[in-house]
Amino acid sequence: MLDNNQLLRFTTAGSVDDGKSTLIGRLLYDSKSIFEDQLEAIENINKKKGLDGVDLALFTDGLRDEREQGITIDVAYRYFTTPKRKFIIADTPGHIQYTRNMVTGASTANAAIILVDARHGVVEQTKRHTFIASLLQISHVIVCINKMDLVDFSEDVFNDIISQFEEFASKFMVKDLRFIPISALKGDNVVNRSSHMHWYPGAPLLHTLETLHISSDINKVDARFPVQTVLRPQDELHRDYRGYVGRVASGVFRLGDEVTVLPSGFSSKIKSIDASEGQLYEAFAPMSISIRLEDDIDISRGDMIVRTNNKPNISQDIEVMLCWLHNEKAKPRAKYTIMHTSNEQKAMLKEIIYKINIHSLERNIEDKDLNMNDISKVKIRTTKPLMFDSYRDNRTTGSIILVDDATNETVAAGMIV
Amino acid sequence: MSKYYLNYLDELESESIFILREVYAQFQNPVILFSGGKDSILVTHLAKKAFYPCKIPFPLLHIDSGHNFPETIQFRDNLTRELGLNLIIGSVQKSIDDGRVSEEKGKNATRNALQTTTLLDTIEENEIDCAIGGGRRDEEKARAKERFFSHRDEFGQWDPKNQRPELWNILNGRHFSGEHFRAFPISNWTETDVWNYIEREKIEIPSLYYAHEREVIWRQNSWIPNSKHLILQEHEKIVTKKVRFRTLGDITITGGIESNADTLEKITLEVAAMRQTERGNRSDDKRSESAMEDRKREGYF
Repeated sequence: MLDNNQLLRFTTAGSVDDGKSTLIGRLLYDSKSIFEDQLEAIENINKKKGLDGVDLALFTDGLRDEREQGITIDVAYRYFTTPKRKFIIADTPGHIQYTRNMVTGASTANAAIILVDARHGVVEQTKRHTFIASLLQISHVIVCINKMDLVDFSEDVFNDIISQFEEFASKFMVKDLRFIPISALKGDNVVNRSSHMHWYPGAPLLHTLETLHISSDINKVDARFPVQTVLRPQDELHRDYRGYVGRVASGVFRLGDEVTVLPSGFSSKIKSIDASEGQLYEAFAPMSISIRLEDDIDISRGDMIVRTNNKPNISQDIEVMLCWLHNEKAKPRAKYTIMHTSNEQKAMLKEIIYKINIHSLERNIEDKDLNMNDISKVKIRTTKPLMFDSYRDNRTTGSIILVDDATNETVAAGMIV
Repeated sequence: MSKYYLNYLDELESESIFILREVYAQFQNPVILFSGGKDSILVTHLAKKAFYPCKIPFPLLHIDSGHNFPETIQFRDNLTRELGLNLIIGSVQKSIDDGRVSEEKGKNATRNALQTTTLLDTIEENEIDCAIGGGRRDEEKARAKERFFSHRDEFGQWDPKNQRPELWNILNGRHFSGEHFRAFPISNWTETDVWNYIEREKIEIPSLYYAHEREVIWRQNSWIPNSKHLILQEHEKIVTKKVRFRTLGDITITGGIESNADTLEKITLEVAAMRQTERGNRSDDKRSESAMEDRKREGYF
């Protein structure tokens, strides 16, 4: 691998019928990421079931229950590498009842693959997946129109689905939208270019994934550094060392930068940016570093170091697009623990403004029940001010989770509006 | 202008360091599960980086099955001394002597499954609230479902169908007393990533990973090392081969592969060309289709 190879995380949404598992199997198989013993294990299963050949979909089945039922229950992560990039696939189930898993998989993804069955065109599920991709601000959405072999590799069918898609997707925010006609089962336009669709001028899926421009997806403007913990070695050599450690959430920090610590508001200058290899001149997202300041300021976990001339919002009241993740429904005006970067405090679910009907994608202001998989816009009030950016500008400082203190379970995930 | 993106190894390193620092911040009494294998050595190396110039703030915990490669124990002792860390040892032999578990019978008997009881007992005795492991999601299908922060109930059990969702980089390590977490900072690394990184960082690893001459027997499609624990079966013959190991487990079940790779560079090239998974030489995983999942539910590594 070359030194400058990047990591690309993508999510795949679709149901069993869309051929999602087959597509992942095809990507892994044709990029030679499947090992002989894995192949053998799957051939054995197929033989037991009396099937011939290799069912590519079986590569993605994880837990015993999933194999027995033939469905994906949870997010599963797959890995493959090409000479150009390392890939992490968050493989998530597509059914309505698994919206929470799709949201989970999408939360860290650079790109989303949405599968459409060429015979059925855009269906309700396609809209839901696109909505979630745009809600989670995935920069690149690749719509794979699958099973082209079953519609005679027809260009008209492909173009028709593109117009259907563009019609409804115009109201969603997707920065980079692409369409690829494929047959996952036969291997057309997945890794290798199809010999059946000369009318398609674009690149196959893998090449597209290898060349997506992702370095500009990270916010490089707003310098934000949530402090995870403070390092104070007790030995002779480092008597006065006080390092604030964390991972740069966004922006760039340089030696000598004028910075402010929130929420205290004290300002200082960056004296040193340390990595274990030595001192750095600058640090950017998502680097894990240690920062030392010129002045002694009381800083602890949950504080945020920012550039003095570019501060985040500071407020106790936030509006959030909330996805409910737990089977116990939300309690109105109930108190939860809110986790936001390294900050943790109590919060109250003050008001449910509207709920999204996941079928029609319309707003419902009557229904105020938040059940598992529901997505709604809510108002939250925190006990102390939160330092945040809108999720649109900053995925790290714009995201929160809610934890139920009675069970310690993560019950909701939210994107600050 | 310099580039403002990280390459894949730097990004993986940064993610792992972030997770290790979260463990430190969220738990009272964490340990690093140390087997002497390359993955736990990598985790220890990353912990060194995460807390530099401080010492690693966690002790190492080794579950000693009594069926070790002598080289592994030597390596473990040197490393803990060099880093100035405490070493906690949980002994499977002691669990057997105390009657907590009994040895498996039969020709394929191993102490692999027995380790779970010793591990959970040691966690309880030492009031450990987070055990940091070197498990990777690419290793095995049940491990592909693991979280970075993985909750264990008061019986040490994992419930894979009922896990806390983990979004963005917000890790929820909240737990009640008596429960513990497993943390997996290198979840997103693959075997190839691990080797590329070991080569890049010149991390010291046990000699067993390098090709060397060793007495072995051919069993279950791999070269099992000769040791005092080995019970020869009919038709099995001890031969000397040039082998190396891709993973290190108990000496009784860890198979070697024939290899001439005696430098990190050669190993990295060999791994890149491999057509078998690394756990393909581990007979503990071959017992059934869900062998790993079943052990993990009980509290295995």
